[in-house]
Amino acid sequence: MDDFNALMHGFSIVLSWQNTGLMIVGILLGIVVGVLPGLGGPNGVAILLPLTFTMNPTSAIILLSCIYWGALFGGAITSILFNIPGEAWSVATTFDGYPMAQNGRAGEALTSAFTGSFIGALVGVLMITFLAPLVAKFALRFGPPEFFAVYFLTFCSFIGMGKEPKAKIVVAMCVGFVLAAVGLDTISGSLRMTFGMPVLLRGFDFLVAVIGLFGISEILMTIEEGLAFRGKNGAIDLKVVLKTWKAMPRHFATLLRSSAIGCWLGITPGGATAASFMGYGVAKNLSKDPSSFGKGNVEGVLAPETAAHAAGTSALLPMLALGIPGSATAAVLLGGLMIWGLQPGPLLFVEQKDFVWGLIASMYLGNISGLIIVLASVPLFAAILRIPFSIIAPVILVVCAIGAFTVHNAEFDIWLMLAFGIVGYVFKKLDYPLAPLVLALVLGDRAEDAFRQSMLASRGGLDIFWSNGLVGTIMTLAVLGLVWSMLAPARTRLSERLASRAAAKSA
Amino acid sequence: MSAENLEGADIAVTKRTAELTVGAVVAAFGLLAIVSNYKLGAGWAEDGPQAGYFPMRMGIAIFAASLVVIWQALRKNDRSAFVERGQLKLVATVLLPLVVYIAAIKFTGIYVASALFIGIFMALVGKFSWWKSAGIGLAINVVMFWVFEIAFKVPLPKGPLEHLLGF
Repeated sequence: MDDFNALMHGFSIVLSWQNTGLMIVGILLGIVVGVLPGLGGPNGVAILLPLTFTMNPTSAIILLSCIYWGALFGGAITSILFNIPGEAWSVATTFDGYPMAQNGRAGEALTSAFTGSFIGALVGVLMITFLAPLVAKFALRFGPPEFFAVYFLTFCSFIGMGKEPKAKIVVAMCVGFVLAAVGLDTISGSLRMTFGMPVLLRGFDFLVAVIGLFGISEILMTIEEGLAFRGKNGAIDLKVVLKTWKAMPRHFATLLRSSAIGCWLGITPGGATAASFMGYGVAKNLSKDPSSFGKGNVEGVLAPETAAHAAGTSALLPMLALGIPGSATAAVLLGGLMIWGLQPGPLLFVEQKDFVWGLIASMYLGNISGLIIVLASVPLFAAILRIPFSIIAPVILVVCAIGAFTVHNAEFDIWLMLAFGIVGYVFKKLDYPLAPLVLALVLGDRAEDAFRQSMLASRGGLDIFWSNGLVGTIMTLAVLGLVWSMLAPARTRLSERLASRAAAKSA
Repeated sequence: MSAENLEGADIAVTKRTAELTVGAVVAAFGLLAIVSNYKLGAGWAEDGPQAGYFPMRMGIAIFAASLVVIWQALRKNDRSAFVERGQLKLVATVLLPLVVYIAAIKFTGIYVASALFIGIFMALVGKFSWWKSAGIGLAINVVMFWVFEIAFKVPLPKGPLEHLLGF
């Protein structure tokens, strides 16, 4: 009941004129960010974060989280109308969305995508509303070993669930940790890996890294393919919307399944991209007519969009309750929290009630207004993509440069952004994942502090991580997950060998 | 380094070369982390783990994992294109102007540099007429100036032109 009252109080905060305005601006900006190749959720938020330093944290998080919702919506527009996924998580939407648009069913595909997104997000927010306070209450009992165990579990599940080669995930993650350690060590006061260069004293700011890794690299990837936009007409009228909505109950099971998949992958850091592919795969496997997938089946649009949005939303649960973000964008938002002077983690629910419940309330309202705005404005955003790439590309690059500069008012950071951009381009092409790198960069100091404090308490013994049931369970889960995933190639090789042996015997 | 693949597309760098190069660079980065943190002190002091304790272990993980990456790349021996010549040229059309742009910010301030960057990029890459390119480059930067300097009061690097105009 307390939580319900708190949520209602949250609604009253969000519904002020200023915050409603910010919400709408955020959604519109988010859709732009989602539509344009080269700008995406993480770096859209990273670029705008410095502009919010002077706002009060609640307004700032409403603006930035709405950019996130908008970006989640926007990705579908380009996937369906142009066959260009604006975001990685909308790749699966192109499989059936674009064929639908080609058959003159663009309106239906877009409405389904947005409705699916909305339902996925709603399920995610409901879960956050009911679950996050409980998790936070539980986590209040956590000490440094428990926190380190949860961090460890997060990073192990990145390795376990990532589709990329395991060694590359480890490289990306540990590079993030090392970069996070550069600069002044907060505990001992000594300088680490600065090599006598004053510009490195400040360390590597994750915002600059995000802008380079996700923004600049994306532009380079896009230009490489020699973009030619050939779009379908994206007009939506009310009749199509109502007709599509009428058919929605038929897809109830798919929506529910995809939401569940999304929530699961959002909380454990599988991320929206993995969720969308898994949602699509499951819908196809369980469909009565799997061969119709890829040719314009509505479920092929509904399933990935619902899962992606559910994942994107529930990625904020561990961020709010534990201070551990479930996605790259959530990591940027978490960085924002620290910059605004808030301490992310379970204490937020006790000390910053207005902030937390304002944010949760804005998730409800942001997604409802997002659905309406996006349905109304598709033609406008489709028109943005008709602007030639030779105008859009330099403008995006300029915006990225300004974003990188404003983090610390330092010109050196623009060069750093460029360097991260090239690293991101090469890493993406070679299948090194970027999200764990960013996550490690954001969480590096906190994870290290938790580790050092635990070690201090135990005088260097690792047994502290198994000193009670709670921390022991989390650590064991993490280690088991890690070992299981590391053994995966060996398992497949073994089963292949057995199969070939059996085949040889029968031949 | 260049080779013709089966379709006749001109490969600038093969996947294998890229994998090995990046693997080597990452391994060197890991070594750097190991050495510099070892020098700083990566053991145990009176007051707990030393400053280099955690990063050195991360360096070891990077070094070990990059050896695995190199080993996998050697075994896979993938000679398909990491990047084709044509693609590399396209990437360079963005990357080189970007470098010049960032270098120019120091001398002209960000607004003049941005206007020139957008305008010249439009004219050269997009083949727009000079007056259109100049107009759009200028217009976008006037809007940006208003947004950052006046609406949000975020000072960006300014150059001689802005000083001349009294900012």
